[in-house]
Amino acid sequence: MGIGGKVDGILLTNFVNALPSTLEQGLIYALLAMGVLITYTILDFPDLSVDGTFPLGGVISTTIVASGAHPALGLLASLAGGAAAGLLTGLIHVKLKVRDLFSGIIMATALYSINLHIASGKSLVTIGRKEATLFQNNALAGFLDRAAGEFGTLALLLLIVLCMKALLDLFLKTKAGYLLRAVGDNERVVTSLACDKGRVKIIGLMIANGFAALSGAVLCQHQRMFEISMGTGAMVLGLASVIIGVSLFRRLSFVRSTTAVVVGAVVYKMCVSFAIACGMGASDLKLITAVLFLLILSAGLLKKERREKRRA
Amino acid sequence: MLEMRSVRKVYNPGTVRELCLFEDFSLTVPESQFVSVVGSNGSGKTSMLNILCGSIPADGGSILLEGRDITREREHVRARLMGRVYQNPAMGTCGSMTILENLSLADNKGKPYNLRFGTDKRRIGRYRELLAPLGLGLENMLNARVGSLSGGQRQALSLIMSAMTPIRFLILDEHTAALDPKTAEVIMRLTDRIVREKKLTALMVTHNLRYALEYGGRILMMHQGGIVLDRSGEEKRGLSIDDVLKIFNEISVECGN
Repeated sequence: MGIGGKVDGILLTNFVNALPSTLEQGLIYALLAMGVLITYTILDFPDLSVDGTFPLGGVISTTIVASGAHPALGLLASLAGGAAAGLLTGLIHVKLKVRDLFSGIIMATALYSINLHIASGKSLVTIGRKEATLFQNNALAGFLDRAAGEFGTLALLLLIVLCMKALLDLFLKTKAGYLLRAVGDNERVVTSLACDKGRVKIIGLMIANGFAALSGAVLCQHQRMFEISMGTGAMVLGLASVIIGVSLFRRLSFVRSTTAVVVGAVVYKMCVSFAIACGMGASDLKLITAVLFLLILSAGLLKKERREKRRA
Repeated sequence: MLEMRSVRKVYNPGTVRELCLFEDFSLTVPESQFVSVVGSNGSGKTSMLNILCGSIPADGGSILLEGRDITREREHVRARLMGRVYQNPAMGTCGSMTILENLSLADNKGKPYNLRFGTDKRRIGRYRELLAPLGLGLENMLNARVGSLSGGQRQALSLIMSAMTPIRFLILDEHTAALDPKTAEVIMRLTDRIVREKKLTALMVTHNLRYALEYGGRILMMHQGGIVLDRSGEEKRGLSIDDVLKIFNEISVECGN
């Protein structure tokens, strides 16, 4: 009994000590989750290309920052790169009529090689100590560090995530945003509005993959390195965050789905951090991801079934 | 004016299940005529509408709207001049969006869907005016999700949405079939009013013979991809449900049903 209590105490301490970094990770992955929200929930398009666009953003931003350019340029370039990849996924699906799942897989597979090329063939690229990233060696980061101390990084991430969330919220309220929501809900309505549903889907994929790439870009600047396999399971991770977030706030209709998803990503990272605090190693990370996702899905699916029964 | 000239349609070509629905199908509907189309299942009514709207391609022949050949035009391009209401009330609206959002979308048809705000608040009064005469209470629940509406409410909304912007043609695909008799009556009257007010050229497929006779200026009966009865004006007014039913039965007997 006594020993058990002591172990629990250590576990909790580990978890709490890791909390700031867990929150940081959660916020970074919230950007990815918002991308997955657009494809999976709004567009009803299971887009696996994020497994390729997440590291694409990472490698673009890492190489740009490592070359000494401004870190914001790295983010913008990643955003553009992700959108371009999303455009290709969309074109493959819409113009060549390849099934949604396969379009994403094809894109993610191709991007693996492309990412390697951008990294000049290296599977690991690091950012030197002296280079300026978003979080170090620049005026804004310096100011935040002085103002918020060790929480400077967290504050900056919060700022980025809130800005992107606000932009997405605003977009979803525009005419184009309405059309995006309509195409995922009922394609026929979009056609009857004399709009090309394929084009709307492509635009959605571009935005979503832009978000995924931005997420990867921020992550790489945060950890000061790019690693080629960082994209494995990105889709699963994003989707898990979306499902956690949406389930958590199912009964609170005033909470926007974008807010729910940001919280979902943070909660998800906390679950992973808890598993690590319990003594699981870094090599178990993907296993934890998979098991967690399975748990969420099986629980989520049951809920959906019940809801449909009630409706019938 | 709406024309289908020698349209050909073969399903599953080159297989054992090959079915030639339309061999040489032609139909001309003059400006602002309201046509009711009846016929048994599989007679080609819905296929005709689908070919007309571009949901399925024709294998031959041509389709003309106001003299312009649209045979090669894609469905969403044809939709500029057309409104369509489906049998399933869920098909004409977005269930996850509110009534206001649905109406705003429909109101913008023909204009660019850009980064301006989706809902124009100044138009809300106009939307209420459109919904109030239905007597379904929709005007007081603009912020309700469409998925939570009844089938009748949703179909009324579909109809309003399809005819919100200046269209010339209205395509109705058994649009009252999924509704209870009272709601069906409401939707039919609304349909008739919209067609008259906007002077639309309308094609209505229905299984309800009474509606087919009561509304519109022309009745068509289809059978095995052909038109077996075509009456308009005085001739149509002289028809009774029994007359139509008699023809219907004769055809079915020939078929061995």
